[in-house]
Amino acid sequence: MIKEYDAVIVGAGGAGLYAALEASKKAKIAVLSKLYPVRSHTGAAQGGIGAALGNVEEDKPEWHAFDTVKGGDYLTDQDAALVLAEEAVRAVYDLEHRGLPFSRTPEGKIDQRRFGGHTRNFGEAAVRRSCYAADRTGHMILQTLYQQCIKNEVSFYNEVQLLDVLLEGKRCTGVIAYDLATGEIITFKAKAVLFANGGVGRMFRVTSNAYANTGDGQALLARRGVPLEDMEFFQFHPTGIREMGILITEGVRGEGGILRNSTGERFMERYSPTMLDLAPRDIVSRAIVTEIRAGHGIKGDGQIDDYVFLDASHLGREVIESKLPEIADFVRTYLDIDPVESPIPVHPTAHYAMGGIPTDLEGCVIADEKGTKIDGLYAAGECACVSVHGANRLGTNSLVDLIVFGRRAGIHMGRFVQESNPHPVSPDSAASIEAQIKALKKRKNGPAPEMIRKRMQNSMMAKVGIYRNGRDMAETVEELRELRQMYREVGCPDLSQAFNTAVLEVFDLGHRLENPYITAVWALNREESRGAHAREDFPERDDTNWLKHTLAWLEGEDIRFGYKPVDISRWEPKPRKY
Amino acid sequence: MKVILEIQRYDPNQNIEPYFQSYEMETQPEERLLTVLMRIKQELDPSLGFRKSCAHGVCGSDAMVVNGKERLACKTLIKDVVTDIDRSIRVEPLQTLPLQRDLMVDQTHFFQNYMQVKPFLINPDSPPEAERLQSPKERQQIDEGTSCILCASCYSACPIIQEKNPDFLGPAAVIQAARFLDDSRDRGFAERLPELDQDNGIWPCENHFECTRVCPRGIKITKTINLTKRSITKYKDLTLS
Repeated sequence: MIKEYDAVIVGAGGAGLYAALEASKKAKIAVLSKLYPVRSHTGAAQGGIGAALGNVEEDKPEWHAFDTVKGGDYLTDQDAALVLAEEAVRAVYDLEHRGLPFSRTPEGKIDQRRFGGHTRNFGEAAVRRSCYAADRTGHMILQTLYQQCIKNEVSFYNEVQLLDVLLEGKRCTGVIAYDLATGEIITFKAKAVLFANGGVGRMFRVTSNAYANTGDGQALLARRGVPLEDMEFFQFHPTGIREMGILITEGVRGEGGILRNSTGERFMERYSPTMLDLAPRDIVSRAIVTEIRAGHGIKGDGQIDDYVFLDASHLGREVIESKLPEIADFVRTYLDIDPVESPIPVHPTAHYAMGGIPTDLEGCVIADEKGTKIDGLYAAGECACVSVHGANRLGTNSLVDLIVFGRRAGIHMGRFVQESNPHPVSPDSAASIEAQIKALKKRKNGPAPEMIRKRMQNSMMAKVGIYRNGRDMAETVEELRELRQMYREVGCPDLSQAFNTAVLEVFDLGHRLENPYITAVWALNREESRGAHAREDFPERDDTNWLKHTLAWLEGEDIRFGYKPVDISRWEPKPRKY
Repeated sequence: MKVILEIQRYDPNQNIEPYFQSYEMETQPEERLLTVLMRIKQELDPSLGFRKSCAHGVCGSDAMVVNGKERLACKTLIKDVVTDIDRSIRVEPLQTLPLQRDLMVDQTHFFQNYMQVKPFLINPDSPPEAERLQSPKERQQIDEGTSCILCASCYSACPIIQEKNPDFLGPAAVIQAARFLDDSRDRGFAERLPELDQDNGIWPCENHFECTRVCPRGIKITKTINLTKRSITKYKDLTLS
């Protein structure tokens, strides 16, 4: 089946929906989601969206931009960070105008709270910058944007899984997708395609990410010869519910929550004397792991599943119930603990990919070190790398990224499709995918996908996590090579046509195997420590050799590396202290 | 803890009628039901169909009927649904929506009803440069409604839709309408009124409280429906007089 649109957007989270609102003003747009629209993972974001509104204390976009650059350990492109911080203000007002129910100050303005790494006057002290709607800010953004899409009659294709992207030379002409309901292959022919398919967190065993976050766009574009950028930088959020990985927002610490080790010590005093518990996430996550390894975890055995306490009990019932109701609910449901009375057992959880599909400031995907564009190919949100997050993203900046760059990409794409003509798509473009599915359903005795998935997740968690070293990572790269080989023999035991979720899981796994491989090989290549990439064998940041973005191509089992300069036009890189 | 899951199965291309299949599983009391379903799919039966995504109760994908009550599988722990005497768990798809396969139902109609109430802010005045002001008290007014995740549990549990009027707008759509009607920034009362004030609109509700009982977000749905009925009556009295 062939469907034709001016443009197709893959993913119905914050970036995809915002882009759809803009692009649909000028063009016929379809939004494809592997889920129903309001199920996307933007909805799980909790603590807030950063913008220098200055509603509760003095603040400036320039300070926000600086924090973003320093937070990213100077790998952030500074021109991009300035765009992010300046447009964040307009973006938040725009969301409010569209109906987003922000929490309010007594005067009725949007309320703001503290968040990790966000400071006043270039690092002096924590500043209240995060605009929030209790601890369900992402949920509210997703709902508000979906509501606006209903109002503007955007077309949705629900539960279609991306299987391939059509690239002809330096031009994108559409995508191929699998319709869960019917088992049919649909070729979406389009003048432009925007990837907004989210993150890759499911490559780790303990993660805050949804099952849907399998990095389909990143994997498929890499297979088609598009480079990826900075994939070695992956963020662990310091506070996930022990073992389950469910996110406990930084907003808990923003409201005054404190991390404590087995002796009850507020250990962040030793790691970050100025920002304490509100240091950036890479620093707090490393501090927790360092405490655990030193035997100061609550169990005290130094194992990977040991944990520390996040204490919010002194905040009082009213603050917890009104500002952190979701967290209170999670903790009660899953741990049978009342956060008003007891501390919460937490450890770091795999959370966010700083790297992704390289784009310029308008969301156009770039194909090489020189910035050559691929016509009609766009990316925005977590799957993209602008790069505003550098080597470590600050809390609240993911939501800002979705709105600011989702909007910019949507506007550019709307204009692009108006000015360009449709490109022919060969009638048998879906033939190879159809053959793959047929072959998959014929294989019966292949290796269990579940075993491959588990081995991948365990290896990534143990060896390419918060602390890394060359030997461990090389082992993971080897193991992943082996698993990728095995994957080729995987079969699908469910032969049915309608709602065959087993087929989808096999495809998901294929996509999921590309991303950790890329991440691990990239990480092994970068011989320094910067932001979330902390190497025991190269503990220092090395600006002489490594102040550059990695741009790399997956070529079968090989990786070809290239590099791209970092924009440092505004602030000179300095040692990073908090 | 060994439990027996009795799961409703149905493949539209192979079965005429749904049937139940039993799976015996070793589980932990604190394990999520969703995790156990995934283990069944991975270890015993890959053909089992159900939806999932966030796995912690915010995306609304995995609402189903567990031991007769609508629940999110990811917010249901095994210990919540078994007793020392009875270790069996009956898992069925949501009611009132067309069955697709196993635990999956077609949510099209549910979302259509949601869209029908114009679930977006209506305010023709151009907004100020900064935010529209709203007091914390006014914001509190819409707090419950805005936390709805459109999981359709309430729609499934509604005795009116089940037995009397399948065309009733349903609890979730009314909650979403009320979320805007009660928003101090919204001016869309007149525009939404025809959708609510009709035979299949808000009025079929008879206060069975089933929606409130099953809502995984703890929204006092029935109360909000009644308050909304009251404001509609008041609005009509005012505009008629």
